Amino acid sequence: MSGTVLRVEELRVAYDHPRGAVRAVDEVSFSLRPRERFGLAGESGSGKSTMALAILRMIKPPGRIEGGEVWLEDLPLSGLSAEAMRRLRLAGIAMVPQGSMNSLNPVTRIRRQIEDALTDHASRLDKAATAARIRSLLGQVGLSADVADKYPHELSGGMKQRACIAIAISLRPKVIIADEPTSALDVVVQRQVMETLGRVQRELGAAVILIGHDMGLMAQFVDRLGIMYAGRLVEVAPIRDIVTAPRHPYTRLLIDSLPSLERKGTLRGIPGLAPLLRALPSGCAFHPRCPMAVERCRAEKPAVRAIEPDTSVACHLA
Amino acid sequence: MIPIVELREVSKSFGRKAALERFSFSIDPARPGITAVVGESGSGKTTLARLLLGLIEPTAGTVVYNNRDLRSLKAAERRGFRRDVQAIFQDPYEVYNPFYRVDHVLTTPVRRFRLARTKAAGRLLIEEALHGVGLRPEEILGRYPHQLSGGQRQRIMVARALLLRPRLIVADEPVSMVDASLRATILGSLQKLREELGISILYITHDLATAYQVADTILVLYRAAVAEAGDVELVVKDPRHPYTKLLIGSIPQVSTTRDWSAEETPALADAPPGGCTFADRCPVALKRCVTAIPPLYRVDARRAAACFRLDGAPAMTDAELASLLAHN
Repeated sequence: MSGTVLRVEELRVAYDHPRGAVRAVDEVSFSLRPRERFGLAGESGSGKSTMALAILRMIKPPGRIEGGEVWLEDLPLSGLSAEAMRRLRLAGIAMVPQGSMNSLNPVTRIRRQIEDALTDHASRLDKAATAARIRSLLGQVGLSADVADKYPHELSGGMKQRACIAIAISLRPKVIIADEPTSALDVVVQRQVMETLGRVQRELGAAVILIGHDMGLMAQFVDRLGIMYAGRLVEVAPIRDIVTAPRHPYTRLLIDSLPSLERKGTLRGIPGLAPLLRALPSGCAFHPRCPMAVERCRAEKPAVRAIEPDTSVACHLA
Repeated sequence: MIPIVELREVSKSFGRKAALERFSFSIDPARPGITAVVGESGSGKTTLARLLLGLIEPTAGTVVYNNRDLRSLKAAERRGFRRDVQAIFQDPYEVYNPFYRVDHVLTTPVRRFRLARTKAAGRLLIEEALHGVGLRPEEILGRYPHQLSGGQRQRIMVARALLLRPRLIVADEPVSMVDASLRATILGSLQKLREELGISILYITHDLATAYQVADTILVLYRAAVAEAGDVELVVKDPRHPYTKLLIGSIPQVSTTRDWSAEETPALADAPPGGCTFADRCPVALKRCVTAIPPLYRVDARRAAACFRLDGAPAMTDAELASLLAHN
């Protein structure tokens, strides 16, 4: 299909449990244009990270993909063999995992970890070419060449996260999924790392899915934002529209819960707790916490409605 | 009034690396307030917390409780200190023993500090404390840690601190591991402790925005030294130290204007010795910034900053800094 690099169609993920399966991702659909920056935001447990793993077919038991399809350009991923899927990870869709601190191998130098990525995916480079490629990858993420000979513990958090980005772009993927890439970093370093991610993405012409819960970060980085709640994508819209006029009451509350630097006394939370997936409320899963809920919200689950080509929402009142 | 806890010209280094350099600070019980300590990792903010809690000893200077050196406290005084000064830590998962019901962290202090004569009276105290942080005792007591959410667990830690009616709570990154939606609730319960019970709070965080929302005074640390300190409105709305400006400019805001990555961010390096620790990253550094350490200048009545660009304002003594942070 032209015009989209990644298309997720009615994706469902369930976790099996003795008391019945729990659905962690519930019929989620969205698509990414080439070079687009797409954000996925929501509270912990809303299914953001599960969805990232499902796109890469990396859900482990007791979890399983129940249904739906993921397309990378014209290629449906559910039909691929395990080996073909393994090759596609990193080369087609790469992931910058949450907590770079823990995703690098602590007993291996950075050079080896990038080499592994390059050689495992059967790119035939000789020694000199590999070394040159590693130097250029490190340069691309703003690290000096000598970082290649260091162990992860010798690097700062920001440097480790850059090394993870270097590995993620090593095979020139079409899509980069970044799962809270800066949640463990302080704000100054966060900005530097996000600048780097944005720059390499532009240079590569890749699309990015940024997963996180910081609405400020989303507002500053993504083109379009999807909001997840209890496994569903409850709103998708261009970031400008979300910031100026969110359609779903949950989106509004998420934005309002970000502490302001302008006015004191404006710190607000979202009332109540995120629901347990194994005991979802009837109707709209958000209704017990929703300040605008009406009778219909308790009885009827709102469908995802397309409002404009780029905009959809699942709320009876929107 | 005698300060609850005081740092007198305290320095702490680990090996050759300075974690906190010659810092004076006091918590005055007559003016209970919330002081935020902000800075990046490695700025010295957790060292400051651990010194105040008596968990580590200073390399130079003294930590003082009730006018006595913390190192020479007698057993009874140490008990008093352990009760007066309470800690809330970052990770609401690690402080619980997974094999005990959560009641354990609440009944232990009641027993240890003999807060109640009977079991029933103790139970009542615990229930009151839980109500105080917006939790329903029937939903909490009898549960195991894994059955509760991170936000609930962190609020239990606030309730535990509340139980002891301390005079000072040192909260080290209490909300950095909970969702944005819950942060407000937990910080709100800290504010309530200050307002209703007159408990002083030291709020240690890397998040300047929540610091602005809850604190009266703020202390910005950079590489073991004070960059800027004083009234939170002044420091956040009109920062005078280039590091504070960088920090504020780095916070991503929810707005349609994308000004976040407009500025060139200076590169990181180890600070060269003998000068301002920020000089290597500073966009407005002067020649003298690499050869001399700037003193704290009193920029206005309720704020100070350590930057040679402010030369001309009167320099401040350690004692003046302590009183600047105590007056709010």
